[in-house]
Amino acid sequence: MVNLDIVLPSVLNGLTTGALYALVALGLTLIYGVLHIINFAHGALLMVGLYGVYGLNAFAGVDPYVALLIVPPAMFAIGYALQRGIIGKASHGRDENILLVTLGLSIVIENLALYFFRSDTRIVDTPYSFSTVEVLGAFLPLTKVIAFAGALLTAALMWLIMTRTDLGRAIRALAKERKGAALVGIDTDHIFAMSFGLGIACLGIAACLLMPSYYVSPQVGHGFVLIAFTIVVLGGMGSFTGALIGGLIIGVVEALGGLFLGESLGQIGIFLIFILVLIFRPTGLLGHRV
Amino acid sequence: MTRQANKGGLDRRAFLAAGGAALGAGITGFPAVLRAQTESVKIGLIHPVSGFIAFSGNQCREGALMAIADINARGGIQSLGGAQLEAVLGDSQGKPEVGAAEVAKMAEAGIHGIVAGYASSISLATSQEAAKTNTPHVVDVGVSDEITKRGLENTFRFSPGYGKIAEFAVANLDTINKNAGSPAKTAMIIHEESLFGTGTANLLNAQLPQIGIEVVDTIKHANPTRDFTNIVLQIKSNAPDLIIPANYYNEYVLLARTMRQQQVSAKGIYSVLGGAASNYQFVAEFPEAADMIMDCNHWFDPNSEVALQRKKAAEDKGLYYTYEVFLAYNAVAFLADAIERAGSLDKAAVNAALAESTWDDHGMPYGPTKIENGQNQGAQPVNTQVLDGVIEVIYPDQFASAEAVFPMTR
Repeated sequence: MVNLDIVLPSVLNGLTTGALYALVALGLTLIYGVLHIINFAHGALLMVGLYGVYGLNAFAGVDPYVALLIVPPAMFAIGYALQRGIIGKASHGRDENILLVTLGLSIVIENLALYFFRSDTRIVDTPYSFSTVEVLGAFLPLTKVIAFAGALLTAALMWLIMTRTDLGRAIRALAKERKGAALVGIDTDHIFAMSFGLGIACLGIAACLLMPSYYVSPQVGHGFVLIAFTIVVLGGMGSFTGALIGGLIIGVVEALGGLFLGESLGQIGIFLIFILVLIFRPTGLLGHRV
Repeated sequence: MTRQANKGGLDRRAFLAAGGAALGAGITGFPAVLRAQTESVKIGLIHPVSGFIAFSGNQCREGALMAIADINARGGIQSLGGAQLEAVLGDSQGKPEVGAAEVAKMAEAGIHGIVAGYASSISLATSQEAAKTNTPHVVDVGVSDEITKRGLENTFRFSPGYGKIAEFAVANLDTINKNAGSPAKTAMIIHEESLFGTGTANLLNAQLPQIGIEVVDTIKHANPTRDFTNIVLQIKSNAPDLIIPANYYNEYVLLARTMRQQQVSAKGIYSVLGGAASNYQFVAEFPEAADMIMDCNHWFDPNSEVALQRKKAAEDKGLYYTYEVFLAYNAVAFLADAIERAGSLDKAAVNAALAESTWDDHGMPYGPTKIENGQNQGAQPVNTQVLDGVIEVIYPDQFASAEAVFPMTR
């Protein structure tokens, strides 16, 4: 029998965990939701970001939060180069080719990580690793509270970029009508690469905020990708607010599912929601054309 | 047998050409090639080097390869004219069916013996498949007692099963608890969901009440589990005297970190086959979270020169000397010793030599091997405790390097 006293702490913890999921999903909702690129390399690129944070900490003593100044821009550059140099060229504009190219990329990236880092689990130890914040009687890890705030800020930032900048307008134009966008003078290859770069930069932010409370190994991305796709579908493809709300819902459902159904069955609720959304609201909670 | 080999695509023409060449070779024969094959002893090493338990799988592979290198450096198999051991690598990807498929491919390719497969479920599948061709199969780590209870003549395990480990863990816990005035009366078991974790938890649930410790809750979790806060909240809610984790490395690390973070106060953390509790990496990276954790697990004899030399050799290679490394090393060496005594690569002869093994050059706290129904009867775990950043052996007394500190004082 579950003690009801732990339901509130569990919900609060679910919200902070959900914020971490949302961070991973924000990049995906841009790449998958707006550009309709099914990026199978999303998990592998998260892993690259996590190794970046780990490497900066282990070899240069850079705090994971200070790494926010380095890793997201670097990830943006990686994303831009990947789209411009490999995915765009190899896909020849066909969606099924993109799927295979990103799948191939994920295999190459994971095996490179295995080669360079072996499969050892790596962890960053910081002075605040065990710090907690008391909220309504619950001890929430400081790192997850920061990640929660980071997810809100990142979602707001992405929303601003998409709605208030020329780049955002170009991305939305491209998502709506590729040929039309090209006809009005938008450099579609560049905007595709910028969008992919932005999505991967989101993963860089996620990596910096995730690493203080998690670990990195070559397979670490697998655990997040399926959840991220679920969040994108739940929130509505291309909706950053939807990804944030979807992440938080998934986090709470997972927490409560684990509490009442047992940890092994806790994820049933997530995929039940996924199926129900697909049946009754295929556009997602906040689904709308961007 | 590697994944890379499996991914290699063949078009129809290439397939026909290769098939024709193979058929031609079969008809006309290539005696030189066949002679070359018998010059080495092919040992299949099947481990989950990718997938969710890849860390452990790679550690196993490294340990097994170290054993092969050492044996070859000493002149190979003397009774076969100094035949060198040749590693044939396979990746089970953490999936029993993939492990079994690797065995089938290796058997077709003329493998002489197999060491596999780290996880219990994989070891069950690989040994079952190897039994079809009577290929000698040594289980390196898999702890399920089912592995050696099926009466397979080709299946051997050098290390202990979880029945022995649980019995040992409970008996030693009883001693530790009584020596401290019996402060522990309740326990919670946190275990991973596969055969190893579930089987161990079932045994502990049955045996702990017999020593006066009530199991107030048992929580099973998935692999991987991304967040342990929920489980730790339940631990706090139940406030058990003892917390007993039985899971793999990554999950153990997250659980221990979360318990520390949530300021869980228990009289003791007493792992049974804890994935990280007796792991140098965990202790080095998280001395605070690891402090005072006790574990009943596979461990080498700290007084054995052989063990200490191998530990140094592993560390010189940049490896943590974890149980995966020394158990896989010894599984290969155990098989090589049998091939040496058999003086033949005949599978039945090697299986017979394994069954009669009295090998003692292993550096483990086991004594000479004594095999019954494929299981080494002398194999046993030890109890360790992390004290001041060092993994100390606390039981049995003849191998102990420190005294148990219980209840925890942190």
